[in-house]
Amino acid sequence: MTADASRGAQAPPELVQLLTPEGERVEHPDYDIDLTPEEIRGLYRDLVMVRRIDLEAVALQRQGELGLWASLLGQEAAQIGSGRALTDADMAFPTYREHGVAWCRGVDPVNLLGLFRGVNHGGWDPAEHNFHLYTIVIGSQTLHAVGYAMGIQRDGAVGEDGAASIVYFGDGATSQGDVNESFIWASVFNAPVVFFCQNNQWAISEPLEKQSRIPLYRRASGFGFPGVRVDGNDVFACLAVTRKALADARSGQGPVLIEAYTYRMGAHTTSDDPTRYRLADELEAWKLKDPIERVKAYLVRNRLADQAFFDGVDAEADELGKDVRRRCLQLPDPGPMEMFEHVYAEPHRLIEAERAEFAAYLAGFENEGVEG
Amino acid sequence: MTTLTMAKALNEGMRKAMEDDPKVLVMGEDVGKLGGVFRVTDGLQKDFGEQRVIDTPLAESGIIGTAIGLALRGYRPVCEIQFDGFVFPAADQIITQLAKMPMRSLGKLRLPVVVRIPCGGGIGAVEHHSESPETYFTHTAGLRVVTCSNPADAYAMIQQAIRCDDPVVFFEPKRRYWDKAEVDTSGAADWLPLDRARVVRPGADVTLLAYGPMVKTCLEVAAAAQEDGRSLEVVDLRSLNPLDLPAVVESVRRTGRCVVVHEAPVFNGYGAELAARITEECFYHLEAPVLRVGGPSTPYPPSRLEDHYLPDLDRVLDAVDRAFAF
Ligand SMILES: Cc1ncc(C[n+]2csc(CCOP(=O)(O)OP(=O)(O)O)c2C)c(N)n1
Ligand SMILES: [Mg+2]
Repeated sequence: MTADASRGAQAPPELVQLLTPEGERVEHPDYDIDLTPEEIRGLYRDLVMVRRIDLEAVALQRQGELGLWASLLGQEAAQIGSGRALTDADMAFPTYREHGVAWCRGVDPVNLLGLFRGVNHGGWDPAEHNFHLYTIVIGSQTLHAVGYAMGIQRDGAVGEDGAASIVYFGDGATSQGDVNESFIWASVFNAPVVFFCQNNQWAISEPLEKQSRIPLYRRASGFGFPGVRVDGNDVFACLAVTRKALADARSGQGPVLIEAYTYRMGAHTTSDDPTRYRLADELEAWKLKDPIERVKAYLVRNRLADQAFFDGVDAEADELGKDVRRRCLQLPDPGPMEMFEHVYAEPHRLIEAERAEFAAYLAGFENEGVEG
Repeated sequence: MTTLTMAKALNEGMRKAMEDDPKVLVMGEDVGKLGGVFRVTDGLQKDFGEQRVIDTPLAESGIIGTAIGLALRGYRPVCEIQFDGFVFPAADQIITQLAKMPMRSLGKLRLPVVVRIPCGGGIGAVEHHSESPETYFTHTAGLRVVTCSNPADAYAMIQQAIRCDDPVVFFEPKRRYWDKAEVDTSGAADWLPLDRARVVRPGADVTLLAYGPMVKTCLEVAAAAQEDGRSLEVVDLRSLNPLDLPAVVESVRRTGRCVVVHEAPVFNGYGAELAARITEECFYHLEAPVLRVGGPSTPYPPSRLEDHYLPDLDRVLDAVDRAFAF
């Protein structure tokens, strides 16, 4: 690649970091954060819990209880840091991997499993948690988040005590037309939205170079709003950067793009085989930057938590894992007639006719004494 | 003759097409090192290089739009859309650009672009991974729409689609990717033309019209019906646009009864066109109205319900019974 700055080779990207992989606290001129020991222990607990939920879901998939699972392994800090920056009034739009953000929004982890078990297309009420349904079609939700933010604006809910929306998407998603259009809309309308891109380095088998020649956060400047790259494995930094971005958005200063620089430590999904396209060395290098280990090191180093605390969290995580498993297995299978539910809000003659026809068809089996 | 899965047959067909014509390119998400999520392009990048087997950015509109540009420059791009539900970001490029540009140019431009789309359900997938969007494309003038039902056809049809000077939307029934059969890879001598249907099982009493994933289901239906003394003919349409109407008419005039089977919703589905055409062409030969078996007019359900959504042996047999009861 050429060294010409206009062709991508600019100054090395800056990375906001407040906690090093070794667990050392570092200062940053623009982003500061003051967390009580209690809050830090809380973040640690969050990280451990969501990793445990994820582990259990992977195991459930392996045992045939889920059709698929998209693991968040390695991305816990990006999700917990940003998720804990949200207020109740903020609205979050996830992809299919935001199990950690869901945790922060109070969504019962078992409800996340419904989609992957094949019993529903989304098992929670988005309005109850201000956490939208998972979106599988890459990038679509970015426009929804901007539209929602435009609604916040039109409600007069920008300013002091304002609200914002936040939208999650991946590095691969940044290539989609929808995502680029969402940047334009957000910019032109100065919408109170935070774009939270988890750059986990991979879009299934494609490394970042297949999507971009410049660091993703720098895309924002071309659209006319700030972009920042944060250490996505540093929960303190993710919290601080997202808090500031949300505060700016809520107070009417418009959109921000956050690129959380992280790593997908697992396969893309349980259907994927990463050995076909990436080297194990890469994973080993990222393991040294594990998002949970550094918080633990910080807590230990500063004597903010003792062994009993860590044991307690582990025990709680194991209980949670067991509980998720137990309740996953109890998720009721939908009945066949449920296919016809919720397609329209208003009565619909075609659906009614097909429903009746199908019910009669199933009843035919019962009459014959054959299982339907 | 070699035994191949449908996925491998498609792979071998593309490989042959790439060997035969240096202008043939393969492009899409994860088609390179990974070989596509279904491994249909497995090994092609290794053997033909990154210039010819292109891992594209994650943007379907971009895939088809740039394929059009490459075609304008003399290439023959074979595009992979990863799953049926992800073709819609490319809708403008396919429906408005790819389909219409040749005609707008008064025939001066040719766009030999193949859009491969794994389609259909039955694999227990999450939403958007099991859809049957064929009629959006059969309804679009300027596109050829074909679908294979078995490895031998897959091997031949993908090569025919690549050689075709028109844009071809090529549906691959994903639940049949792993089905194996004998494939003759020796040459094109006895290939059926791309726009022809095939009688895959002759019969006398009812014609079952199917394509893609439902051909196998209909063959199972015909075998089961035989035990009840009913002789069902199964026609694999293969090409949906154009439709091989003469083959359909010939069969239905002979049997006098017709059941159309597809996974897509019945309402406004491909079967509606078939029923109308057959009524026009075979009216005095029909013993019963043309019956249709397909999905209900609901979005594809969560996978635990898909066995109810998808036509199966019982539902097709039920329609056959109704055809006889008239
Ligand atoms: C429109 C669309 N095209 C293709 C896919 C198939 N697909 C699912 S995930 C994925 C890669 C996404 O990568 P990225 O945006 O980086 O998110 P990540 O999965 O790494 O979190 C692809 C291509 C899809 N879901 N939607
Ligand atoms: Mg990614």
